[in-house]
Amino acid sequence: MNVHEFQAKQLFAQFGVPVPRGKEITSPEEATVWANELNAPVFVVKAQIHAGGRGKAGGVKITKDKAAVAGFAKELIGKTLVTHQTGPKGRVVRRLLVEEGANIAKELYLSILVDRDSGWPVFIASTEGGMEIEEVAEKTPEKIIKELIDPAVGFQGYNGRNIAFALGLNTIEPAAVNPFIQMLGNLYRLFMEKHAALVEINPLIITKEKTVVALDGKVSFDDSGLFKHPDVQQMRDLNEEEPLEIEASENNLNYVKLDGNIGCMVNGAGLAMATMDVIKLAGSEPANFLDVGGGATKDTVAAGFRILLKDPNVKGIFINIFGGIVRCERIAHGVIEAAKEVKITVPLVVRLQGTNAEEGRKLLAESGLKLEVADDLWEAAKKIVKLTGKAV
Amino acid sequence: MSILVNKNTRVVVQGITGKEGSFHATQCKAYGTKVVAGVTPGKAGQEVEGIPVFNTVADAVKKTECDTSLIFVPPPFCADAILEAADAGIKLVICITEGIPVNDMVKVKRALRGRDVRLIGPNCPGVITVDEAKIGIMPGFIHKKGVVGVVSRSGTLTYEAVHQLSTLGLGETTCVGIGGDPVNGTGFVDVLPLFEKDPETQAIVMIGEIGGDAEEKAAEYIKKNVKKPVISFIAGITAPPGRRMGHAGAIISGGKGTATEKMKTLEAAGVRVVKNPAEIGNAVKKALGR
Repeated sequence: MNVHEFQAKQLFAQFGVPVPRGKEITSPEEATVWANELNAPVFVVKAQIHAGGRGKAGGVKITKDKAAVAGFAKELIGKTLVTHQTGPKGRVVRRLLVEEGANIAKELYLSILVDRDSGWPVFIASTEGGMEIEEVAEKTPEKIIKELIDPAVGFQGYNGRNIAFALGLNTIEPAAVNPFIQMLGNLYRLFMEKHAALVEINPLIITKEKTVVALDGKVSFDDSGLFKHPDVQQMRDLNEEEPLEIEASENNLNYVKLDGNIGCMVNGAGLAMATMDVIKLAGSEPANFLDVGGGATKDTVAAGFRILLKDPNVKGIFINIFGGIVRCERIAHGVIEAAKEVKITVPLVVRLQGTNAEEGRKLLAESGLKLEVADDLWEAAKKIVKLTGKAV
Repeated sequence: MSILVNKNTRVVVQGITGKEGSFHATQCKAYGTKVVAGVTPGKAGQEVEGIPVFNTVADAVKKTECDTSLIFVPPPFCADAILEAADAGIKLVICITEGIPVNDMVKVKRALRGRDVRLIGPNCPGVITVDEAKIGIMPGFIHKKGVVGVVSRSGTLTYEAVHQLSTLGLGETTCVGIGGDPVNGTGFVDVLPLFEKDPETQAIVMIGEIGGDAEEKAAEYIKKNVKKPVISFIAGITAPPGRRMGHAGAIISGGKGTATEKMKTLEAAGVRVVKNPAEIGNAVKKALGR
């Protein structure tokens, strides 16, 4: 789960990571009141959407004029921002972060996540703050500093010194070294205690006043850890999520919308991915990833149909079930019952394999439903691609 | 011969009185697995299909000499259950549970380091040695005793591959699901040497997916150490970057962990990579010259 920058900064403040004074704003009126209270030499107005690249898309405004803040708020709220991360449709701005500007002496990059190889948390830091870190990693890998943290003992002073000296912080600004190390320890605590998946500060700045400040903030959380954190759950912003994906999650389905035209419904994540891949190999494109899980019933299949059919791109549906513990004849019943509830308007291919597959296929064939039954994966994929025509 | 588990493996099921635990304990026992104990705190003295239930894993070990644990405990209590098994002297811990917080697993993995215990999973279908022991949730009947070792990050996709191997008459030795989580106990590189050493295993099927670098590490290992043919499929060539595809670990982040990149690396290491998941069985057949 992702949260907004203003929410990330609230968490930073809570854990002792310095941030600029700022507030979430949802109207020009609020902006005026807050600008007066903030009374800073420089004001920064930042559009809050779950995507990077806001600055280049015109979503960040800087002004010395207190009276101009409300004008920027009026301009940005309700505006659709298109950045390299939002896709062509863009995102509607519903809220802003209005904060005081900072005197930047040096910009750094800092993040923490779990290193997949070692299974330990790792800090990633660079002197190339404000740049896309992927780009830095590719062009100048020597400028990326990595420091693994032993989870048995947690963040230690030496971890901080390793990072600070590798960045050359002692020559950039000696007075910032200790506050920087202290901030790293606080970030580690935030990362572990709140079950974050990623905490990224880009840029982290050294100010002309020799302080360390998180000028930007991005935090995403491990969905599996959310049950421990009601405060984090409340930060979810449904406006930032695909409506079909929200509906799917309410039905305990794992759904990711894609751009193709063959909807697929599969049990198991690996097989669901493989099914998408086989659709592509057969000459078309998948419209989605959908894992109905191990216990697919009539209700989950019906919910799956409803979601797939709400996507106007879907021109055909491919159901691929490998019955293990779930028996295929029960899936077949599920499909038949669900098809009675949901009007299926596009070609449908059902491939059943595994436990009681033959019985399931027979039930489907005799159901009178307009569908094609298959037992082989490749044959089924070719069938649905043929029935729907080539990808657009 | 086989790897990890066999007909002498003595299993304790943690979370045996739950819906999943009791169902699968029964299924494993019916397959012929020696399921000798179950654990649910506070339910000692009960039985599940003739399997005695204990309060603690330590009690189960003392009374039944079980050496392998199969875990169905819900995510909030699962890290605790894994550590309990390790502390009680269990040598192989197979964790089926999906949804354990990653940072909990970070601590568990660190705590198990250097100890004489192997963790398989979490978020995996388990391990089966055909006709000897089924310790997991896979359907037993699709397996057929044979010559192919299977190691995979996925569940149903593994069944798909196994079904092809069995239908073609090649059969399997042992199938190991290492799970779909970003931090797991056992990786491809831990299982590959076991298959390489196993005299019955003639070929290895390795099923990977997007995310992380387990396949790249495996490629490096295979290039140097594995003589047997390795056939691989990597799921998710159509997966978009930055989106989690069902499994917590299946995500392309920062442009790293794409299926294309993994396939390329594996091919360069001499692995036979199949692009079509329906062709896994045929590719093994060809590799074995049958």
